[in-house]
Amino acid sequence: MSQTSVLYDAPGPRAVRRARIGTAGALLVFLALAVLVVLRLADRGQFDAELWNPWINPSDDTFSQVWELVGKGLAATLVSATLAIVLSLVVGVLLGVARMMLGRVLRVPVVLWIELFRGLPVVVTIVFVWRAMVEVGIDVGPLPGEPALWYLVIGLTLYNSVIIAEILRAGVGSLPRGQREAALAIGLTNGQAMRSILLPQAFRVMLPALISQLVVVLKDISLVAVIGLGYLELLRRGNQISQNLDNPIQSLLIVGVIFILINYGLGKLAEYVERRLGRASGASAEAGQGASQPA
Amino acid sequence: MEPVIDNLDLYWEGFLRSLSIIGWSLVGSLLLGTLIAAFRVSPVASLRAFGSAWVTIWRNCPLTIVLFFMAFGLPELGINTSFYVFGVAGLIIYTSAFVCEAIRSGINSVSAGQAEAARAIGLPFTQTLTQVVLPQALRATVPPLGSVQIAMFKNSAVVGAFGVGGDLWSAGRNLTSAQGYAYIPVLTGVAIGYLVITLTGGALLAVIEKKVAIAR
Repeated sequence: MSQTSVLYDAPGPRAVRRARIGTAGALLVFLALAVLVVLRLADRGQFDAELWNPWINPSDDTFSQVWELVGKGLAATLVSATLAIVLSLVVGVLLGVARMMLGRVLRVPVVLWIELFRGLPVVVTIVFVWRAMVEVGIDVGPLPGEPALWYLVIGLTLYNSVIIAEILRAGVGSLPRGQREAALAIGLTNGQAMRSILLPQAFRVMLPALISQLVVVLKDISLVAVIGLGYLELLRRGNQISQNLDNPIQSLLIVGVIFILINYGLGKLAEYVERRLGRASGASAEAGQGASQPA
Repeated sequence: MEPVIDNLDLYWEGFLRSLSIIGWSLVGSLLLGTLIAAFRVSPVASLRAFGSAWVTIWRNCPLTIVLFFMAFGLPELGINTSFYVFGVAGLIIYTSAFVCEAIRSGINSVSAGQAEAARAIGLPFTQTLTQVVLPQALRATVPPLGSVQIAMFKNSAVVGAFGVGGDLWSAGRNLTSAQGYAYIPVLTGVAIGYLVITLTGGALLAVIEKKVAIAR
């Protein structure tokens, strides 16, 4: 809380005292709640060594196995996330440029495509892609890796490419009009202006939003755990482990913490990049909204 | 499209059930998110710390894990209820983190000079807040809050996939796995159902945004 808060004046001695009392009071309430939760969990035996040892005790028989599975799961999550974000970037830029460059009529199918996949829940898109490709008989066999990976990546790409197309459009839209006008005035064609003047600047503004989108992709990958797609990413590995050891709470906690750490780090990276780019233009603020949406 | 037309009643029931998930989560996440936002901007340090921990945890955790936590964790705390309640509670908690951030950014978008001016002309704290700061902050909050809520509409499908039962998603699953219909027509029906919800939501949001837009 800085001194420039819009809500409060700089506090005087009485306000400072009240805030201190409030801090202590709230702290007591939180502590009481935490104690209550811990006691309840202890009562149910959730702190028993046998539930935790496979996770935290290196001398436990299953310790190395458990962490090896987690490592595999994490690798699977990261591989699919990387594939999805790279493909989304390529497709998204094509879609975004198409939406901006095509004429009023030619643009219509692109706009419909974007609105369609933006409006669909990503979980529906993934299942649709998976089931439809199997039903129609489109073979992903020739692609490297298991088929389930590609159903997941294609589903994620359909959704995220559309989002990236919109981020790109917002980025280009945020540039001063004079950029394009000047490019056209020196004799560049529309396409040249887009390619060598507008896009390079838009990409810079987009970078933080792209990193934030990676967080969204990472989170969405764990959707396979509720739709039954046979891709063993981190959450599914966690569930696998908890089924064998019968310790769902401990396993979920560890997997959850891994996700939170990675995503928190990426979020901070996005903030850092945004500050480094140092252009507090409307575009970065607007484009940065990727992180603030629970997609 | 035969499977869809033959089972329109099933779809309709699922559609209504999805709407009820969405309705409860909308109200719940707005209330909880506002409370957490109040924590985050309060002068009380421990409330602020709690607020930022809340946001950091739930915003960075996949919704699926939040839902699993509800289903496995709450019974251990002695809270036993239906999957429907677990699902909605998980969606509310997850969405509240994003609602909180939307509201906070709205409050921060009001420049400090506004409140300073209000204090300078002698308005007390409550009037500064209710007459000057909040009216501006709430308007700035509408667009981000709207997109957070539309994302929540879409996330209700995850709650369905998680196993609430009876919603739009489950209608599709029931038709394909239990009754053996082909996937493509059935899932097309599910997709149309969700599109109706999200596109209507988007249109509503656009109307509201226009109404409250600030001419700055």
